[in-house]
Amino acid sequence: MIHIAVQTSDIDLNAEYAALRSVSTHVGGIATFLGVMRDVNDVAGNTAQVNTLTLEHYPVMTEKSLHAIAQQAQTRFDLHAVRVVHRVGTFTPTDAIVWVGVAASHRQAAFDGCAYVMDYLKTQAPFWKKETTPQGARWVDARDSDTAAQQRWN
Amino acid sequence: MTLNIKYFASIREALNSDGEVFTGAATTVAQLKTALSNLSPAHAAALAHSRLCVAVNQQMVKHDAAVKGGDEVAFFPPVTGG
Repeated sequence: MIHIAVQTSDIDLNAEYAALRSVSTHVGGIATFLGVMRDVNDVAGNTAQVNTLTLEHYPVMTEKSLHAIAQQAQTRFDLHAVRVVHRVGTFTPTDAIVWVGVAASHRQAAFDGCAYVMDYLKTQAPFWKKETTPQGARWVDARDSDTAAQQRWN
Repeated sequence: MTLNIKYFASIREALNSDGEVFTGAATTVAQLKTALSNLSPAHAAALAHSRLCVAVNQQMVKHDAAVKGGDEVAFFPPVTGG
């Protein structure tokens, strides 16, 4: 079972978790990841304060891309369910940005499946971040470490 | 041929446009990029992004991918979601 949502509203963690719990009596483990906005970002080795973060996306492609990633994870790790909720809009520190939850028969598949979805989401799903800092607004650069994290699954 | 072009994030901002209709000849993404770059100095500068990404019909592709009439082609910088 795959569920994808791209939304401006906050993520209902209890409802998402309940959906994973109830997917099958064969579920033996659930792993989840919540990405939240932090108030600092490293640019060229310098730590800068971040006041707000705006996420834009490519409607239609976003959902297709997240669905394809979830499908790959479900097949590869034999998952019972994969749920992804990604927010778009403007956020302030501590706001939830993304949530991934997977249900598997055993813990290793759950841990790996959750990490796999996040690693591919970071490098494949068409979202872009722009942050405002005391020095002005700037687009967030893609990190080589994210590409490396995705490639470890090859 | 007619293509539906879309721009996102820093590319959209640099062009002050979220897209346009391209009418002309191009059989690959690379040819399309060249043709679009010839439209204005702003196009040339924006599309010269060293890590420019392209999606054809909402699927990420390499620059040698084929395009055909009616396709939706999007140009954007590397993604930074999550």
